[in-house]
Amino acid sequence: MTDLKFSPGKAVDPQRAIRWGAFRVAEYRIRVLSKWLWSVVAFGLGNPILFLLSVGLGVGALVDANSGGQGLGGVSYLQFVAPALLASAAIQGVMDEVTFPTMDGFVWDKVFFAIGATSISPRQIADGVMLVALLRGLATTLMYLAILLLFGAIPLSSFAPLLLTSMLAGWGWAAIMMAITARLKEDDGFFAIISRFVIAPMFLFSGTFYPLEQMPIYLQPIGWVSPLWHATELGRTLSYGAAMELGMLLLHLGYLALLGLVGMSLTYPKFRERLNS
Amino acid sequence: MFATAKEIVISARSLTKKYKDFVAVDGIDFEVRRGEAFGLLGPNGAGKSTTMKMIASVSQRTSGDLSILGKEPNTQGPEIRAHLGVVPQKDLLDRELKVWENLFTYGRYFGLSRKFLKDKVEELLEFAQLTEKRMSKADDLSGGMQRRLAIARGLVNEPEILMLDEPTTGLDPQARHILWDRLFRLKEQGVTLVITTHYMDEAEQLCDRLIVMDKGKIMAEGSPAELIKKYSSKEVLELRFGTDKNEAAAEQLKDLAERIEVLPDRILLYTQKGEDLLTQIVDAGLNPITSLVRRSSLEDVFLRLTGRSLVE
Amino acid sequence: MITQALVSQAVAIQERRSGKPGQAVYSGRSRTILERGFYAFKSSSWLIVISGFVEPVFYLLAFGFGIGQLIGDLEDGAGNLVSYAAFIAPALLATSAMNGAIYDATWNVFFKMHFGKVYQVMLQSSLGPLDVALGEISWALLRGLSYSLGFMAIVTPIGLVTNLWGLLAIPAATLIAFGFASIGMAITSYLKSFQQMNWITFFLLPMFLFSGTFFPVSVYPEWIQTIVQALPLWQGVELVRSLMLGIIHPGLLGHVLYFLVMIAGGLWFTTVRLKALFMR
Repeated sequence: MTDLKFSPGKAVDPQRAIRWGAFRVAEYRIRVLSKWLWSVVAFGLGNPILFLLSVGLGVGALVDANSGGQGLGGVSYLQFVAPALLASAAIQGVMDEVTFPTMDGFVWDKVFFAIGATSISPRQIADGVMLVALLRGLATTLMYLAILLLFGAIPLSSFAPLLLTSMLAGWGWAAIMMAITARLKEDDGFFAIISRFVIAPMFLFSGTFYPLEQMPIYLQPIGWVSPLWHATELGRTLSYGAAMELGMLLLHLGYLALLGLVGMSLTYPKFRERLNS
Repeated sequence: MFATAKEIVISARSLTKKYKDFVAVDGIDFEVRRGEAFGLLGPNGAGKSTTMKMIASVSQRTSGDLSILGKEPNTQGPEIRAHLGVVPQKDLLDRELKVWENLFTYGRYFGLSRKFLKDKVEELLEFAQLTEKRMSKADDLSGGMQRRLAIARGLVNEPEILMLDEPTTGLDPQARHILWDRLFRLKEQGVTLVITTHYMDEAEQLCDRLIVMDKGKIMAEGSPAELIKKYSSKEVLELRFGTDKNEAAAEQLKDLAERIEVLPDRILLYTQKGEDLLTQIVDAGLNPITSLVRRSSLEDVFLRLTGRSLVE
Repeated sequence: MITQALVSQAVAIQERRSGKPGQAVYSGRSRTILERGFYAFKSSSWLIVISGFVEPVFYLLAFGFGIGQLIGDLEDGAGNLVSYAAFIAPALLATSAMNGAIYDATWNVFFKMHFGKVYQVMLQSSLGPLDVALGEISWALLRGLSYSLGFMAIVTPIGLVTNLWGLLAIPAATLIAFGFASIGMAITSYLKSFQQMNWITFFLLPMFLFSGTFFPVSVYPEWIQTIVQALPLWQGVELVRSLMLGIIHPGLLGHVLYFLVMIAGGLWFTTVRLKALFMR
C-alpha cells in the first residue's frame, strides 16, 4: 500500500464544478449507457425494420388490397403508419432513458444522493439525465428516419421537420414521466402497470395504425391526451401533406411543448425536495 | 471430551478439487466424529468453502475419497443432503418469502409433511428467538436475526450434521454471543458441527478440534489448546513504533524473545512472560508508541505456520 | 427443544428413493417448488402478474377491430372467409401463453438465479436439479396458462371461438406455455448479465411480428417461409388457429411433437445447467 497524495481543499475548483454540473451528470449517464450501446443501436435499427416489414408491408398488403390505396387519404398503408411508428420510437427512447435512471437514482442504487453530496445541484442532475435521454432519443430517431427513407416511406424533404416534432414529443412525454418517477418512493411494480395500462394502449389507440376518428367517440380522448397522437398528426402533415388547419398545427405543437414545460417544472422542485431534505 | 470413542461421520482421504488449472483443495485427509465440533480455520481462499461444498454434496470432487455417513456423495447426493443442515455464508434467505415461510418451504423441499412442519416451524422460531417476527419478510430482519433464521432453516430436517460457513462474519459482538450460545445448545444435543471460520476467537470458543488450512492444504490439526501449545509461546507482546520505525526496532529486539514477527503495522514478540519482556525493553531505552501483552491465539499459530496473518 | 430422533423423517423419506434410477438428480418432489412459488406469489404484487394478459387483448382490439375495418375478411387455410379479428385471435392466444411463460422463465428465473440465490438453497436440501428445473418450469407454465385462460375468457363471449374444437385451444396453450417456459429457463441459465438478457426481447419481438400472427406467411418468399415455420411461435399459432377455426388434420400432431421436443430439450439443458452452476 502506498501513501495517498493529499492536498486538502485544493483539488476542486468550486466555481467550475458548480457551473458545469449538468454535463458531469451527463458524462456519468453516458458511461452507464455505453454498456448498453449495442442494444441501443440494435433496437434503434431493428425496431423500425421489424415494424415496417411486418405492419407496414405485411399488414399493409392486406389493407391496400382491400382499399386500393383509397381508404387512408390516398396514401399507402406504409406511408400512413410511418410517422406514427417514428414518433412512438422517439417517445419510447427518451422515456426509457429518464425513468430508469431516475428510479435508479432515488430508489434502486440511490446514485442521486451520492451525486447530490457533491457541488452538483438537484436541478443539474435532472438536466444531465434529460440531456442524455434526448441524445439517446436523437440517435434512435435518426436511425429510424434513415430506415424510413430507405423504405421510401417518407420524402427526404420531411426529414428535418419530422426529426423536430418527434424529439419535441419525446421530450414532452419524458418530462412528464420524470416528474412522476421522481415521486416514487419504492419499486412496487409501478412501471409494469404504467407500461401495461398507459404506454401500450397509447401505442395502440392513438391513431397509430388506423385513423383516430375510426374509434368510437368515447375512446377518442385516449388520442387527444396522448403525445403520440399529436406527434403522429403533425408527422402525417409533414410527411405526405395530410390536411391540417393552422390552428390545429399550433395546438399539436403547443400541447407537446406544454407537456415538457409542465413536466420539467414539476420535476425540479421534487428533485430538490428529495435531495436536500 | 470423549469424542474420540465415537463413530466417524465424515472421512476424507487425499480429497482434491480442481477448477481448471486452479487447485482449490489439494489432497487433504481428515475425519469428523459424531457429536464433535470440527473447525476449518484459514484465510479467504484457503479451500475451506470448497471442502464444505464437497461435504454438503453440492460439489463433485476431482479425486480422492470422501464418505459422509458411509455414503458416496457423487451418486447419493440427495440422500446425504437429507442428513445435513447447511447454513451458507451469506444466509441466502428467500427474500420473496416471510420468515415462517422460509422455514416451511425449506422443510417441504425435504418432503416433510405439512402437519409435521406446522409444529416444527414454531419450535424453530422459538429456538431462533424469531417468534414475533414470523410474519416479517426475511429481508426486513437485522443481520443477527437473518443468521439465526438461516440456522433455524438448516435445522428443519433434524440433521445429524450441521454445516456452518463463517457463521458470525459481519455480526456485532452481542449477536455473535447469542449465536454461539445457540450452537452450544445444539452440540449438547448431539448435533455434529462443522464450522469454517477465519476468526480465532470463534474457533477457540466453538471447536473441539480443527484443521488449519492454507492454499488448499492442511497445515496442522488438533484442539485449539494443543495447537497453541505446539506452535506458539504462552504470551505475546505487541509493540508499535510508528510506520517507518518498526523494521529498525525489530533489528534491536530480535535476540530478546523466543521468536519475532514483523508485521507492516506492528512487531510481535513471542515469550513466556510478556510484562517482564516489556520492562526489559523499556529499560533498554526503546520507547514503543503502544504496547500490549496478550495470550497466544490461533492467529499466532497461523502466522507461525504460513508466515501470513489470517485476516488480510 | 430440538428433538433428535434416531433417523429423522427427512432421511426416512429420502431413503425410500434409494436405488431408484436418477436418484442423484431427481427426488420426485418438484411440487414443493410450486408451493414455494405460490407463497412467493401471495406476497408479491400479484395484480401486476395477473394483469399481464391484457396486452394481447389490447392488440386484439387495436388490430382485430381497428385495422380489421381497413382489411375486411380474410381467407382461412381451408378456403372459408373469416373476419380479421377471428384470424388474429388464435395467434394472440398463443402469444399470451408464450408471454406469460417466457416472462417468468426468463426475468424471474434470472433474478432467482443470480440475486435471490433461490436455486442454490433448494439444491442444499435433498432436492435434485431435475426437481428444481421441473418445478420452476411448471410454475412458469402456470402463468402462461393463466394468461391464455384470461384471453379465452374475453374472446369466447365475443364470438371468436366458433366450434367445439376451439376448446382444445386451452390444452394447446398449455403445451405452448410449457415449451416456452422450458426453453426460456434453459437459455436464461446460460446468460450472465442484463445486457445479455436483452437478447431475449430482441429475439421475441420479430418472432411475434412475423409468425403469421397478423398476416399469413404466404406473403413471404419460399425461403423466408421455411425460416418462420421453424420458429416455435409459428408452430403454436398454427396449432391454435387450426383448432379455433376448426381445420383439423393429422399435421397438427407435428406441431404437438415440436413442442414435446422443445419441452424435453429445455428440461434437459436446464437440469445440466443447474448442476453446472450450483453443484460444481
